Amino acid sequence: MKNWLNPGLWFTLLLIALLGIWPILGQNAAAREVIFTVLLSVVFASSLNILLGYTGYVSFGHIVFYGLGGYIGMFLIERYNVSLWIATLAGGAAAALLAFLLGKAILRLRGAYFALATIGINEAMRAFVNNFAPFGGPTGIELKFQVYKAYGGAAQALWLTYYTIFALAILVVLVSFFIKQSKFGLSLMAIREDEDTAEVMGVVTPNAKTWAYVLSAILPGMVGVLFFFKNGNVEPGDAFRLHFSIENLVMVMLGGQGTVLGPVLGAVGYQRLRGFLLTNPVFKNIQLSVAGALLLLIVLFIPAGAVGWLRNRLPRLRKVLP
Amino acid sequence: MGNSGLITSLVDGVLIGVIYGLAAMGMTLIWGVMSVINLAHGSVIALGMFGIYLLFTSLGLNPYLALILVAILGLLLGVIIYSIAIHRVVNASHLSTLLATFSVNMIVIGLGTAIFSTSPRNVNYSLGNLTLGPVTLLNARLVAALAAVLVTSALYLFLYRTRLGKYVRAVANNRAAAELMGIPSAQILALSFGLGTMLAAIAGGLIATFFPFTILSGGVYELKSFVIVVLGGLGNPLGALAGGLILGMLESIIPIFLPNTWVPVLEFLLFVLILLVRPSGLFGVKK
Repeated sequence: MKNWLNPGLWFTLLLIALLGIWPILGQNAAAREVIFTVLLSVVFASSLNILLGYTGYVSFGHIVFYGLGGYIGMFLIERYNVSLWIATLAGGAAAALLAFLLGKAILRLRGAYFALATIGINEAMRAFVNNFAPFGGPTGIELKFQVYKAYGGAAQALWLTYYTIFALAILVVLVSFFIKQSKFGLSLMAIREDEDTAEVMGVVTPNAKTWAYVLSAILPGMVGVLFFFKNGNVEPGDAFRLHFSIENLVMVMLGGQGTVLGPVLGAVGYQRLRGFLLTNPVFKNIQLSVAGALLLLIVLFIPAGAVGWLRNRLPRLRKVLP
Repeated sequence: MGNSGLITSLVDGVLIGVIYGLAAMGMTLIWGVMSVINLAHGSVIALGMFGIYLLFTSLGLNPYLALILVAILGLLLGVIIYSIAIHRVVNASHLSTLLATFSVNMIVIGLGTAIFSTSPRNVNYSLGNLTLGPVTLLNARLVAALAAVLVTSALYLFLYRTRLGKYVRAVANNRAAAELMGIPSAQILALSFGLGTMLAAIAGGLIATFFPFTILSGGVYELKSFVIVVLGGLGNPLGALAGGLILGMLESIIPIFLPNTWVPVLEFLLFVLILLVRPSGLFGVKK
């Protein structure tokens, strides 16, 4: 029970709650769209952090779970008219299954080889879906407008997806916090520090890595369904966009890999920055370059990220910032 | 498709494969010397394309002469990229170097998009066709493939017949020992990175002489380079050339049996499979 009293956990939850409640209070649709993107990144980056930050495996093509989940969910909704909840769970389950099957094979690879393999899998999946007729090939799947009637119209459906992603963002923080405090989390961090030593110390590394991979895949699969349901259609190019995957890596780095608060801060910070650059007349055309330059500065000078930097500077914070 | 069609597409595949191999060689050289996967590779390929395009359209330079200039600029660009973005993290984790090179990619693509937009361009310079029995070839591709072979031979001579090349191989083999022997490793690393980007720029320039392109086109060839590099074994330049030939031929043969859109599916499945079964590549030594 002591874990529940950790101030860092409550700080992180409070941050998400404040963010999430803001559009609800004013019933502000524009704010809702902005915060939806932020919360989506919070869920994705925090999930990625379980594999990247805790276990030390760089998954460049993590977007494959988001895309696959989205496709499975959209397929079920469009073809079999299942409810959004079942579709979301199915998206998460499909992502988990894919991660489980892949994990057994590709987690044997280390370092850059693993990173390359995840890119290859994402590209293979994108090319395959592009050819896969049941998923609509290159044009993808589009939802009919009637689908949203079951949720009280499109406007209501949008709010519904928002509440769901809000709940998932809270969930992802709890999951990353309790994994980090658990024996399982310790074994992941042991793998990160030295995989061979961890194995000698009795960590069953193939199993621990596979479960870390599965856990980091489920929520991206679920938010994929939510995003594309809200979007109304899904295409291979949007679903398996490698660039989005890498942006989420950047968020984890920005906030601090291996911490609970880090990916949340990173996601909020990155999306705010992106929003600012996209709307600023000076930076609008070169927003990608400015973001790239900032990323470079962080990688070169603050590789531990914001939270990691604070923890290194002020040892007293290590207890309170998980 | 008749027999001559098959031969034509096979020869075409070989010609384009050599150029793929050249681009991949740049990537594999950088990996071999400093264990960095260069995610800015695609953007340098695109810069090579635009280098030829600009020199040809605004200065009226012959594209093949322009190639020499592009090669020199590519070398310099690589040295600059290395000094600014890579040198500080060259010993850090793979994540750091991947993200450092990716940030370079973002900067280049961002500026490139702002300057050139993403509309397609092409270098309007034709060399005509060559008909050999049943086979008709674009001369531009033939010359490009020859140029690629020439560059490859020059690289080989450089690596194995010059003192500087020996330094590069020594640093690749064991950087600490090379430093103890008095080799200035920082400069050699910068030079190797420059050579890698030079090859990418040349490959981009050659591709630009017969395919239309945009500033984002480099990404496609970067992914192909990944596949080739893994086929030939990470860090093995000659393997990259062979991998390029294999990929080029696959790309020309698969469309005979399957719709064209299945090519990337098979390519990337092969890529993942090789990583799993033989991570040292088709020609690498088995561990």
